[in-house]
Amino acid sequence: MDSMNTPLTLQLWQRFPKPLKILLIAALAFVLIGLPLGHALFPEGHALYVSAFVLTLCGKIMCYMVVALALDLVWGFGGMLSLGHGLFFALGGYGMGMYLMRQIGRDGNYQSDLPDFMVFLDWKSLPWFWQGSDHFLWALCLIVGVPALVAFVFGFFAFRSRIKGVYFSIITQALTFAAMLLFFRNETGFGGNNGFTDFKRILGFPIAAPSTRAVLFLLTGALLLGSLWLAAKLMSSKYGRILTAIRDAESRTMFCGYNPFGFKLFIWVVSAMLCGLAGALYVPQVGIINPGEMSPSNSIEMAIWVAVGGRGTLLGPLLGAALVNGAKSWFTVAFAEYWLFFLGAIFIAVTLFLPNGVLGLLAKFMAKKESA
Amino acid sequence: MTTPSTLPDANSQTSGNAANYGHVVSGELDVSHGQILYLEDITVSFDGFRSLNKLQLSITDGELRCIIGPNGAGKTTMMDVITGKTRPDSGTVFFGQTIDLSRMTEPEIAAAGIGRKFQKPTVFEAMSVYDNLELAMKADKTVWASLIARLSGEQRDRIAATLARIRLTSEAHRPAGLLSHGQKQWLEIGMLLMQEPRLLLLDEPVAGMTDSETEATAELFLELARNHTLVVVEHDMGFVESIADKVTVLHEGSVLAEGSLASVQANERVIEVYLGR
Repeated sequence: MDSMNTPLTLQLWQRFPKPLKILLIAALAFVLIGLPLGHALFPEGHALYVSAFVLTLCGKIMCYMVVALALDLVWGFGGMLSLGHGLFFALGGYGMGMYLMRQIGRDGNYQSDLPDFMVFLDWKSLPWFWQGSDHFLWALCLIVGVPALVAFVFGFFAFRSRIKGVYFSIITQALTFAAMLLFFRNETGFGGNNGFTDFKRILGFPIAAPSTRAVLFLLTGALLLGSLWLAAKLMSSKYGRILTAIRDAESRTMFCGYNPFGFKLFIWVVSAMLCGLAGALYVPQVGIINPGEMSPSNSIEMAIWVAVGGRGTLLGPLLGAALVNGAKSWFTVAFAEYWLFFLGAIFIAVTLFLPNGVLGLLAKFMAKKESA
Repeated sequence: MTTPSTLPDANSQTSGNAANYGHVVSGELDVSHGQILYLEDITVSFDGFRSLNKLQLSITDGELRCIIGPNGAGKTTMMDVITGKTRPDSGTVFFGQTIDLSRMTEPEIAAAGIGRKFQKPTVFEAMSVYDNLELAMKADKTVWASLIARLSGEQRDRIAATLARIRLTSEAHRPAGLLSHGQKQWLEIGMLLMQEPRLLLLDEPVAGMTDSETEATAELFLELARNHTLVVVEHDMGFVESIADKVTVLHEGSVLAEGSLASVQANERVIEVYLGR
């Protein structure tokens, strides 16, 4: 049985000595505000200049952190291991991608009103589901609404049929795999295996300009903090306690008068929406979205972030996403071909030795230090 | 197979009221005819094995009924049928005159006023004792209500009162997983009380308790019996003797005997079943 996890992050925070707290807040402010300012305000070569590579890498990792938090809500707190969260992330990304494709306007290779890949396929007009995608507000609706709708329909049937445990995981995995195959087809209308790329503008601003990058980064930071606030609110409410109760003893919860169906479905849809938003901010920073984002291995990696950081804690998954992706970006440069072995080794080590992840280890260490 | 024996003190009203049971009105519990729970001809089979075989049972509002029987007699299956966990193959289960339990889900049955304690104490181990009671408390149990729920002063008082009643006041903020076995049993009983049920189903409530805990539990049950209906499944005959006014013996899925403990213990068929043939 898991230890009392909900307040773990808070407990840990309270135990930190004051200088450490100040240091942590300063570091957070530096990353969230200092990095984008350093990129936008200083010219290349200046001592305080932050390169586009570093900024994009950090922004990308922050998007992953939101995904890890969203996955932790359903897995860590709700006990439903999803191996298909990459789908919601990609759907949000595709929603944003559609808008960015329309923003290219006639600056594409074929100087057409249609996105290049449609011209290439000899399509004469936009398919119905592309209608309105040139409006940012409609794109925003798609970004949040499509993952939410897919999650709702899937969750409705899965939870109504009381599908749980490994069966649930396998079905989510199959779902994202099926979606990937669908998006690989050119006829589906999302650019096939090339996906969307070569973006030029967002809301009229040049997408690669330092100031645009800085604003996107700031927005990602805001999304991260907002998601964390929402997650903390949800999990400290009675709702959060019922969700963990369902995780630990579902039938007891039912005999207490709670119907797990609605409780699971709610967090499942919220989680999908957060992933959609993260995907939407990921795409303009990285500059590409393709069906590879829906590959099962991507979704499995997301579960690894959560496991490494610490399931059922709020900060754990953020830490896990940052650590694993930080390691990944270093590893894939230093010894690219060994990355997957290393990732597998991390996962095995965490499963065997750190059931509560890095955060759990930290809490244990602090508790030991206190009692000593 | 044994057929349900008609006993001298079996409630003679039951057959007379059968006509009313076809008239299904959901909602309020109606015990105007005396019975709070009525099981008729319940049959449940698992892979051809008849766990319950045309079980007939009626519980009068306000009574404390003990159910005994050898292993495999169908006691737990009976609880599963009443609480909606298992659907009967045939037969009807009514809560009061109007509530047809066989058409309801577990949460609906719990909300209607039936609380259940499991054989193995089942509490939310990761949560504090206090939070366990809070979750069980009678309230609007929809997703939306739980998102905005705040404990009122009156609700805090109720939790405090229940904590005192189950003697866990000093453990209120410890994780429930750290309690002793007997304390977990009590916590689960406390959770039932927070639900404010009319009918409590208790599956082996004193298993694993010390003698003094068992004694205290008997006292608690007698106190509860004043304003609740209790159905207790128990193997501990000493405990049964200390609380029961009426005992039902189950055997192979049907009622073998019913009556006072003394009359049941004197019943030859009961002796045969318990001591072997």
